[in-house]
Amino acid sequence: MSFWARITGWAALIFGLLYFFVPLGGLFEFSLKARRGVYSFDAYAKVLTDLQFQQTFTYSVVMALVTIAIGILLVVPTAFWVRLKMPWARPYVEFLTLMPLVIPAIVIVFGYIRLYNTSSWLPLTGSILGTNLLLAFGYTILALPYMYRAVDTGLRTIDVATLTEAAQSLGAGWITILGRVILPNVIPAVLSGAFLTFAIVIGEFTLASLLDRPAFGPYLQRIGANKAYEPFALSVIAFGITWGCLVLIQLVSRLQKTTQRPA
Amino acid sequence: MNQAPPARRLRLPLTWLGLLPFVIFVVMFLILPTMHIVIGAFQTRDGAFTLQNIRDLNSGTIPSSYWISVKISVASAALGCLIGFGMAAAVVFGAVPRWLKAPLLTFSGVASNFAGVPLAFAFLATFGPVGLVTVLLRNNFGIVLQRDLGFSILSFWGLTITYLFFQIPLMILIITPALEGLRREWREAAEVLGATALQYWRMVALPILFPSILGTFALLFANAFGAVATAIALTGSSLNIVPIQLYAQIRGDVLGNPHLGYAMAFGMIVVTAIANVVYIWLRVRAERWLK
Amino acid sequence: MTFLTLTNIQKSFGAVKVVHDFNMSIDKGEFVSFLGPSGCGKTTILRMVAGFETPSGGTITIDGKDQSRLKPNQRNIGMVFQAYALFPNMNVFDNVAFGLKVAGKPRDEIQARVTEMLKLIHLEHLADRYPYQMSGGQQQRVALARALAPKPQVLLLDEPLSALDAKIRVSLREEIRQIQRQLGITTVFVTHDQEEALSISDRVVVMNAGRADQIGTPFEIYNRPATRFVASFVGTLNLIEAKVVDPQNNTVAIGDLTIALKERITVPAGSTVQLAMRPEAGSILDGAKGDTTLTGQVVSGHFLGSVIRTRIDVAGNTVSFDMFNDPSITPPAIGDTVYLKIDSGDLLVVRD
Repeated sequence: MSFWARITGWAALIFGLLYFFVPLGGLFEFSLKARRGVYSFDAYAKVLTDLQFQQTFTYSVVMALVTIAIGILLVVPTAFWVRLKMPWARPYVEFLTLMPLVIPAIVIVFGYIRLYNTSSWLPLTGSILGTNLLLAFGYTILALPYMYRAVDTGLRTIDVATLTEAAQSLGAGWITILGRVILPNVIPAVLSGAFLTFAIVIGEFTLASLLDRPAFGPYLQRIGANKAYEPFALSVIAFGITWGCLVLIQLVSRLQKTTQRPA
Repeated sequence: MNQAPPARRLRLPLTWLGLLPFVIFVVMFLILPTMHIVIGAFQTRDGAFTLQNIRDLNSGTIPSSYWISVKISVASAALGCLIGFGMAAAVVFGAVPRWLKAPLLTFSGVASNFAGVPLAFAFLATFGPVGLVTVLLRNNFGIVLQRDLGFSILSFWGLTITYLFFQIPLMILIITPALEGLRREWREAAEVLGATALQYWRMVALPILFPSILGTFALLFANAFGAVATAIALTGSSLNIVPIQLYAQIRGDVLGNPHLGYAMAFGMIVVTAIANVVYIWLRVRAERWLK
Repeated sequence: MTFLTLTNIQKSFGAVKVVHDFNMSIDKGEFVSFLGPSGCGKTTILRMVAGFETPSGGTITIDGKDQSRLKPNQRNIGMVFQAYALFPNMNVFDNVAFGLKVAGKPRDEIQARVTEMLKLIHLEHLADRYPYQMSGGQQQRVALARALAPKPQVLLLDEPLSALDAKIRVSLREEIRQIQRQLGITTVFVTHDQEEALSISDRVVVMNAGRADQIGTPFEIYNRPATRFVASFVGTLNLIEAKVVDPQNNTVAIGDLTIALKERITVPAGSTVQLAMRPEAGSILDGAKGDTTLTGQVVSGHFLGSVIRTRIDVAGNTVSFDMFNDPSITPPAIGDTVYLKIDSGDLLVVRD
């Protein structure tokens, strides 16, 4: 490898690494500046004891779990069914699951507000429960591409047809098959999708803000507009959560590789 | 499987049933809302068909907001492609130690998902008026960011370099497999036929990679175009990009014509849809070549 | 006239020595095959000639010029890879023209030369096709044309037929040989298929664990293998155990039969030697010629079409015997006693 190629390579890499770590470093450093002249975790203390933080964070966590549940209930049976009975439909279903990446979230929520408002046939925005549901469904749609791809990849590595036949010959019905045969075998893939969903929901802003729900995203933005040091502490926390989710995904996929031995 | 072969007509509805929950869900919470917007873009208040909303897109601050959005998206996509390519190439081709590849890919996975409000704050904390780098430059080098380099984080370029934080990793994630797909034999065949490294890149490697690069550019463009939260958090509503305008419109009908909001949303869909179609088309072409 | 010389070539990857003391001179226009199992070092030597690997010791000379300082793109060598390695972004014409374009040749010269090459491989009608639109055999022929277009001084082929179907392999190897003869280009061909090597080469190098066990014509390699490895790798080989009776007269005993060999015995009386014999040696028919008769019982018989293979138990050794099919002769049945008449020179002493 020529000298110049090596230099350029190192330059690009170092530039990239600086680019990633300096803002994160700046963020962390700033978050420690709450007390004048000295580094401290005051901003974090204020944040963690803030009632609004606890409320909105809890709200978003619950939302994330609900979204994950809906996602699993929706995606696992569908992916399974397509793989088993309608393999020709796979490209079309995949196309549908990629649509949320094409249509911006802001357009989707705009559509929700217009379509499911109090004067429509399904007045979801008319009630708190309805709006919460709508938000959860919106989150599910946003996470759909990732959840579907994760589960589909997981299904690809197990022989769905044979497992189903074996279960059927032993007398199992569809729900049993799905719940006790298929699902346990795609847990690592499902977990990957779940963690990614979690990261997406926790940080999500557009949907929650326009649907006026007390989620973590809008709270972050509000704090950012009003307070001095707390937003930075919050951002560090948010980044930590994202990073934690992705580390868990990595661990889970490594677990999948070691527990699945070739048939 | 012991199923008595059922009559063909009975079979079809039964298997389709399994797909029903999914289809209903997607239709209700993705397709219908989107169609509602798209159709609404072509309607007046009374429901009559019109192209006036589309024409109205050309009024007021809307054209300039589209233009700024496009510029930011192009800038962040182009730079993201360039820098991401450099970093991925450095690791794949061994200009830097090979073991750096796995951590780089992991970190790219994290960074590409780190967007929205926290990202804006990270950059504010670094390049803002009292940011880490700003202060460092001022105290140690006597350079005042705003005055001497004309740079402010709350501006076009500020938003662009903030977007780069997730654009670069996305490029790395997508282009690394493509770079690894460059077979060693192509390089050796070119060499034996007399080509220098530059000639190999110019005549073989870059043409092969071009669809992937261009396609990823389209994807990065769409990604930046639709981003809302980061922009709002960073610039308030001061930077006039389409998502922010749409956000304000949805919130409070600032334009006085709800259907104009539909048209703006429709415009956004058209732009991101075109970009994604380009991406998919180029991906398919690239994969066909490399069979 | 020597054209390509490899002198004292050594190659190590870290602590592992992959090529030991390799010496060879190849004449201009000669077709040499490097034959051996995977990992024997044959591809490594080829890549050293091409310049992709640097020898740990020794020199490579082409047309008198030492190649050590030359990079692969300076050696003017043509190379054909196992995986075809056609550039996927170019059609057939541009692929073949690549070497000429890189050298900056004028457009009409490129046009003429490429057309000539495409005619040579009989694929003029596919000039506009892309690699993914062609079969493996077609791609490999294009790869050959591409390698030959810039008029290289040496042609190297790295297991070019291994990825192809059996039938194509046979027809393509003959085509390669025919083109090579027509152009008179010095060629090195690496393969693990002994039939390939034997059928088209002027000389064969049999490689074993980094060393050249034997260099010779196909006839020599097959009929006079120098080592046990060569004997067993090339063609089928019968191994017969014999006891040395009298080293002075080169006499051995197989069972009750005492035979005077035409080869020298260097081990003392009483010790065991392995004798090798080709399955086509000798005859079991009446009136056969030969000075030695091996007696045995038929253990099994296989009708292979043009060849009948009989396994005979000779003093505890199972010997495969091949003879051509003849409709007027009934193949021997299991349990029959047969008399295999051979010449004592057909028995070779196996030296390791």
